[in-house]
Amino acid sequence: MGFIEIKDLRIEFTKIDEGGNEVPGKVALDGVTLDIEKGSFVAIAGMNGSGKSTLAKCLNGLLTPTAGTVVVDGFDTADYETIWDVRSRVGMVFQNPDNQLVSTIAEDDVAFGPENLGIDPAEIRERVDNALIRVGMFELKDKGAHMLSGGQKQRIAIAGAIAMMPDCIVFDEPTAMLDPKGRAGVMDIIKELHSEGITCILITHFMSEAEQAERVIVLKNGKVLCDRTPAALFSDKEMIERAGLEMPPEIELRDKAGLPEKLTTAEDIADYIQKCR
Amino acid sequence: MIRDITLGQYYPGDSAVHRLDARTKIIATLLYIIELFVVNNFWGFLIAAAALFAVIAVSRVPLKFIFRGLTAVFLIIAFTFVLNLFMVEGRVLWHWKFLTITYEGVHRAFFMAVRLVLLIIGSSVMTLTTKPVELTDGLEKLLKPFSKIGLPSHEIALMMTIALRFIPTLMEETDKIIKAQQARGADFESGNLLQRAKSLIPILVPLFVSSFRIAQDLALAMEARCYRGGGGRTRMNEIKFRRGDAVAAVLMVLFLAVIIASRFITL
Amino acid sequence: MSIEVRDLNYIYNAGMPGETVALRDVSFDVCDGETLGIIGHTGSGKSTLLQHLNGLIKPASGEIIVNGQCITDGKTKMTEVRRKVGLVFQYPEYQLFEETVAKDVAFGPKNLGMEEEEIEEKVRNAVGLVGLDYEEIKDMSPFELSGGMKRRVAIAGVIAMGPEILILDEPTAGLDPSAHRDILAMGRRIHDEMGIILIFVSHNMADIAMLSDKVIVMSEGTIALSGTPKEVFSQRERLEVMGLALPPAREITELIKSKAPAFKSDAITIDEAAEDIKTYLEEARG
Repeated sequence: MGFIEIKDLRIEFTKIDEGGNEVPGKVALDGVTLDIEKGSFVAIAGMNGSGKSTLAKCLNGLLTPTAGTVVVDGFDTADYETIWDVRSRVGMVFQNPDNQLVSTIAEDDVAFGPENLGIDPAEIRERVDNALIRVGMFELKDKGAHMLSGGQKQRIAIAGAIAMMPDCIVFDEPTAMLDPKGRAGVMDIIKELHSEGITCILITHFMSEAEQAERVIVLKNGKVLCDRTPAALFSDKEMIERAGLEMPPEIELRDKAGLPEKLTTAEDIADYIQKCR
Repeated sequence: MIRDITLGQYYPGDSAVHRLDARTKIIATLLYIIELFVVNNFWGFLIAAAALFAVIAVSRVPLKFIFRGLTAVFLIIAFTFVLNLFMVEGRVLWHWKFLTITYEGVHRAFFMAVRLVLLIIGSSVMTLTTKPVELTDGLEKLLKPFSKIGLPSHEIALMMTIALRFIPTLMEETDKIIKAQQARGADFESGNLLQRAKSLIPILVPLFVSSFRIAQDLALAMEARCYRGGGGRTRMNEIKFRRGDAVAAVLMVLFLAVIIASRFITL
Repeated sequence: MSIEVRDLNYIYNAGMPGETVALRDVSFDVCDGETLGIIGHTGSGKSTLLQHLNGLIKPASGEIIVNGQCITDGKTKMTEVRRKVGLVFQYPEYQLFEETVAKDVAFGPKNLGMEEEEIEEKVRNAVGLVGLDYEEIKDMSPFELSGGMKRRVAIAGVIAMGPEILILDEPTAGLDPSAHRDILAMGRRIHDEMGIILIFVSHNMADIAMLSDKVIVMSEGTIALSGTPKEVFSQRERLEVMGLALPPAREITELIKSKAPAFKSDAITIDEAAEDIKTYLEEARG
């Protein structure tokens, strides 16, 4: 039994034609079946338009299935009665750091989620402080959003998800708009949260990020193309090409230099070359 | 430039002014603005300015921070000044072709400019010393009694929170779009009125698209964080009426009396 | 063809509270057909510098000379500057506004006052140069296109103005790997076919290593480092202080060097690094 169980999930968008009628539009997801284990760290990769962001939005009921089911910790996301149980269990961090902060002041934004859950003021204070400390933003809690860098805003957004004390956080391309420093900071926090037992689902098109997960799910045209460990995925050159992805740099170097396939990290490559003398 | 607008920005601090209940500050500011219109001579403005600067001193917000907000609206003040200077009829001081400056015009121009400056400083003192969330929470509570007659007080307050939050973002966005179109040779300064209006299309269309994208992103982010309207929500910092607020209320009444009295001062 | 930047200084909010120096004594040259890469973390002055090159910001002091003509003396007409120097902002797809792709790309040339026929030809060429099929997309709404295609249309809008210098601010930001490769290939193609000077800003060190002939590193409004990519990327400690990394290939070869001191390499791309490893292993095995 997984924490999130997805069965035959299909998402079909409708569009309005010239006559003003609703007609079937793009099929974004088509027959996706997946189990996501509690406490795991899963990356979801694929080209733009492969359906990865759509899948992310299905995980906490922001989108409900056209067909099939998504069940989170026993709650069906299509059941409107229990949708808040789903959303308080699965937090979400989006791509654009600017557009997801509701309040101007950092700590007030972090408090937004717990306030919606109707939690006691004293406990909100405690949760907010705790969340800000965990993302390393406690010193900047009084700062206005326009004074923060992209990376710092993204940390505030993560703190906002943490303060709801979810079991799982879905990160929808959280580093796509950040500079290298901001990216590294966000990745460190994700790994930290995973080590603390939070289920982390990372949507990304940076392979250097995907390879840090325990499992990579590759989507193409709304279907699951493959579902493996990073090591197994990156030893399959043909699969990477089919998915429109790229190899992480150390794997590309390994293959171009004709080194053995058992080397999977930069560390491995360095050790191998050291021993050759 | 655009970034310098301090109206709607918060200056973190822990002064007696910062600690006041947001409702007290909203009422005080409204009252102050009304009082600026009650004033009918410069003595009244002198008293109003003295009171305002006393509040600023207590709030410990640096003066340069407050004046930076003024530079952004300098054009509006200058425009009002010039308009009054030339438009008021009376005893002629100076005349050249169709331009005439009268004694009354000078008086009126200074009078309006001072009023405008005090009004802007007065309201920025409120926003500088009150966290946006407290400000909107205060507004929500003040409007609460009206919800019985169907006024959506929570929604109005939330709309204000979001507006305050996204004004700088949209300003920046506008700045970026203007520059990008200028780099493509767009000219916003020449041509007749119709041509100028047309030249705004390359700015307005992308700005609309951006605003919709922001709105969509924000709506999703709020839903993901379990937002479901005002019912059942709690607040991290419940605003409370304290002793300081009582003191402020007394001072407000006193000040109102002084201002009304100032109308009768004559030179 | 050349661009010379001499002692450029710029101050934000000059004479007002909050005065900050955005650029200090910035000087550099780019000559005929060279590609210049600019790196530096957010807020280092990169964007301010780019906007100077296009005349969007006037410097406090210093001059910019394009093909022997000074564009900062106040005599040159702005349309002339914008014709010579094309600036593509970050996320340029957000500036699209016309009903059709062809009309949008024609916006720049029209503003420069070109003739109808010349515009049509410039637009057609520009759309082709960014790797799109003109006939196929000319009547489509730019808003219907995919993210990567929108960006290429926006870049075409600047190329159609016929610049002698093309500046791209983070052209690959936020794209997926295949769109990223397309944009890089496009940058190289435009540079080769038009024979122009290309200046580009990127956070992606692998892109900088691959595309540029010269690199300048901005930090706190000054040029902290400059030289060929190999020269710049051999200054690991100095880059680290500025919060900047090496290209991934260099990171790996540095790691190898630390373990196997006999391994020599100044590689900055994956291909170069692979060659150096092969050579080393052949020697080691005799």
